[in-house]
Amino acid sequence: MSYSFRNDNRLPQARLAVVSYVIVGMIGLLLIGFWKLQVIDSDKYSQWADRNRIRSIPVIAPRGRMLDRDGRVLVDNYPSFSVLLLRDDPTLVLKQLPMIAEGLGVPLNDLADQLDNARELPKFQPIVIKPEATPADVAFIESHRSDIPLLEMLMVHRRRYLPNGFMAHTSGYVGEVSEKQIEDSNGKFRPGDFVGKTGLERQYNDMLQGTDGMRRVIVNSVGKEVDRLPTQEAIPGKQIQLTIDYDLQQVAEQSLGVRPGAVVALDPRSGEVLAMVSRPTPDPNNFAIRISNEEWKRLNDDPLHPLLNRTIQAQLAPGSVFKIVTATAMLEDRNPPESYTSFCPGYGTFYGRQFKCWVFGKKSHGTVDLKEAIKESCDIFFYNVGMRLGIDRLSYYGGHVGIGHKTGIDLPSEESGLMPSAEWAERVFHRKWYAGETISVSTGQGAVTTTPLQLARMIGGIASGGVFKQPHLLKDAQNVGEERFHISESTTQKITDAMYAVVNEGGTGGSLKLAGVELSGKSGTAQVIGYATRERFGKQKKFEDNAWFVGYAPRRDPEIVVAVLVQESGQHGGTASGPVARDIIKAYYDKKTKKLDGQITADGKGFDPGKTAPPATAIQPVLKQSGQAVTVPTRARVEENRR
Amino acid sequence: MKDAPGTRDYDWWLIAILLAICTLGVIEIYSATQGSTLAGMHTKQIRWLVVGFILMFVLSRLDYHLILDQAWILYLVGVVALIAVLFFGHTRFGAKRWLPVVGELFQVSELVKLIIIIWLARFFAEVRTDELSLRDLIKAGLLVGLPLGLILKQPDLGTALVLMPLLVVGAFLGGLQWQHATVITLAGALLVGSVFYPPVSKHLLKPYQRERITSFLHPEEDAKGSGYQLLQSKIAVGSGGFWGKGFRNGTQNQLGYIPVRYSDFIMSAWAEEQGFKGVLIALGLYMALLLRLVQNAQRAKDRAGMFLVMGVAAALGFHVLVNVAMVIGAMPVTGIPLPLMSYGGSATLFVFLAIGLVMNVRIRRFVN
Repeated sequence: MSYSFRNDNRLPQARLAVVSYVIVGMIGLLLIGFWKLQVIDSDKYSQWADRNRIRSIPVIAPRGRMLDRDGRVLVDNYPSFSVLLLRDDPTLVLKQLPMIAEGLGVPLNDLADQLDNARELPKFQPIVIKPEATPADVAFIESHRSDIPLLEMLMVHRRRYLPNGFMAHTSGYVGEVSEKQIEDSNGKFRPGDFVGKTGLERQYNDMLQGTDGMRRVIVNSVGKEVDRLPTQEAIPGKQIQLTIDYDLQQVAEQSLGVRPGAVVALDPRSGEVLAMVSRPTPDPNNFAIRISNEEWKRLNDDPLHPLLNRTIQAQLAPGSVFKIVTATAMLEDRNPPESYTSFCPGYGTFYGRQFKCWVFGKKSHGTVDLKEAIKESCDIFFYNVGMRLGIDRLSYYGGHVGIGHKTGIDLPSEESGLMPSAEWAERVFHRKWYAGETISVSTGQGAVTTTPLQLARMIGGIASGGVFKQPHLLKDAQNVGEERFHISESTTQKITDAMYAVVNEGGTGGSLKLAGVELSGKSGTAQVIGYATRERFGKQKKFEDNAWFVGYAPRRDPEIVVAVLVQESGQHGGTASGPVARDIIKAYYDKKTKKLDGQITADGKGFDPGKTAPPATAIQPVLKQSGQAVTVPTRARVEENRR
Repeated sequence: MKDAPGTRDYDWWLIAILLAICTLGVIEIYSATQGSTLAGMHTKQIRWLVVGFILMFVLSRLDYHLILDQAWILYLVGVVALIAVLFFGHTRFGAKRWLPVVGELFQVSELVKLIIIIWLARFFAEVRTDELSLRDLIKAGLLVGLPLGLILKQPDLGTALVLMPLLVVGAFLGGLQWQHATVITLAGALLVGSVFYPPVSKHLLKPYQRERITSFLHPEEDAKGSGYQLLQSKIAVGSGGFWGKGFRNGTQNQLGYIPVRYSDFIMSAWAEEQGFKGVLIALGLYMALLLRLVQNAQRAKDRAGMFLVMGVAAALGFHVLVNVAMVIGAMPVTGIPLPLMSYGGSATLFVFLAIGLVMNVRIRRFVN
């Protein structure tokens, strides 16, 4: 070795110092990096760490039940399982999807579509891939816990409604929340939530819904559950008590039977709705899981519109029921005076056009006064009265007794009906009101339309001397609206006497007489199309008249008023609809008598509304008991009544 | 010929720092592995530490001049061993890095690091001028390049990279001229740049290496894919906060979200459980260790001893920098362990042997 490295003591001290500074700088830079992660961004990373290890599985809050006025369960829940797919690990999801599809019996395409739809959701949020797990599904998930860790079961509460569409339109139904509802909810709803879509379910959704809880488990890096965190309990929705009387609702459902139409029973003293039926009806239990597109399309395309709640959404000509408005206007305006009579030969000519009375071709009413005209429902009399009053006065009175205005019932999507007027013709059609139209309107034909609920409220209010309570379904409703429209005592007396005569003195509702009950009312048979048009088309079923009957009892200041619509039955109001009203009113009085006699107390005691209402299964024995209390008319009896 | 150095001549401060860092490591290895299938790893690590300490003292007794005399032979042995690994090595984790020696598998590249430190000390000590000539620089580069290439072939990018700072620091202290420094810096920047530039890196790097670089640049892109390790490490560090989650309480650590939490990512586990205050302690100790090494270099008896000590400082400093920067997501995953804290036999022995060289220089500073 030519050169020895020993004993060379030239040390580059300056450069060594530089290295020291570099070391200090390097450690400083690293500390800055730690400072940024651990102090500045610490919260963000803490959340990520929690998201890593904590798997949250929602605990669905049961919806509140709906009880009738006596505390009997009308709508409740039953437990069921949904299958959840955990999507934290996309590669594993992709790999196991075929296995899952086969195990659950769901088409692979369906699963892929569902995953695709959930693309926008955060990955840690599981999605429901099968809403109703069968026992086989449960077994599949349990037995594959270790090799398919992506599946989880979610206990849900399915809505259970009474069968055969009982009260279906009123209760409404629940369904998966729509995208629009999510947007409008300010973060309250999440995709997959079930919310009220129609009826009371929608109206009182906030009360019924409750708050979902969260079950949280700690999982390790391979997704195995290692520990549980305290569960955030679900807060169940509040149950609501309705004004509906199960017994009367039952009678109403059965008495209307399968005929398309509607029934509304109200207590005009309070506005409480006692029964509400619309036909035809879907079974809301079918919506409680997930409705198929075909089923939904079928319901929407059905010419009978089963999704329409006819009690508040059917806007139809009230027919002769409107004569009560015309009569009120006549008596209040004294135009013509109350002693006015007119002669009915079965038809009359007004403004150069012939108008027929409903008895045309069969008989004539002869000379009739107001009471006779209401009792016999003489059209000619009211054509004359309407002609004298003019559309402005009819519209004034019609409007004040509620026609053309929503009643404000606590149900969504109520329709207002229409009370035509000269101003309305001007506004909508930009034309003058034709005087001939007034003749039609005075008997509830032409442009005037009402809903069954409006008619119940109207007749109840007029018979109560002009006090109109806001119809409502929630038993504990606060601030029930009330409208007062002064109707003089003598007018009220005369009109209620006439309506009493309709049933009890051989009028159009003569077959409806009830012993011991002052059943009163007014029938109506509204043409769907004009007589002239009908002649052109011949007698076709779809152009049959709408049969109305609004009955109430007692004759003054009624306790119950029932509006019944039977659509296109081919029968008159008194014949087709009257018996339904009578059945309900009879049931009401039967129950009232029993209650007074103390026979029904056993029922009342069994329920403590709002607290210990029994589960829905308990409704069967109750039914039997109340079955004794009320007479439930069979189909046969309904037929008999019509005759 | 010369007096045997006494115990008073040892750098006891250095040993104290060393022991402190090892203690942190053992604590964290215990915390990271207790209750898992890896439980008991900390006792194995303690065994390695004891062996390391003994080797350190043994090596310190052998005059470093005698070692430097054999530098070329050691160099050849190192290169031959690296070639042997390529042919007979054991494959673990997809790389041929291990040769069996007395029943244990050793990473040859760890030994080669030590050899290159020794060889470079000898090489630069033989440079007579105060300024490093271009010819010497190129010569050094080529001779370091050969083992570097062989290590890259295993493949072991991390260890290969460690040889670079040895060369850089040695050249710098050996009188690197600023024009050469500029050229080397530019070339280095170009190389690093091309590694991060996909069209070029395609030809330079293996797929797994490119993937690591991609996942380093975009860790959030696929949290369960290649970016997973870096992201989970950052989450662990960040969620530790200032005070930490406490011993055995790090959720990222205990639930296994941190990759190889007892080894390469031990700093991540430490930072999660001990927080920023713990990081301050750990990095403070490393800084003290490195500055202490520089001080030993400054007081070395001769130029060769200085180069030897600074080679060790460069290797350890680079390990700390690359490992810790990776833990906080500032560098891609390279597989470089954290000296003295990470679990691992070969790496631990390398550090103690290296410190043994430092002690060797230290205890002979007054000897003539």
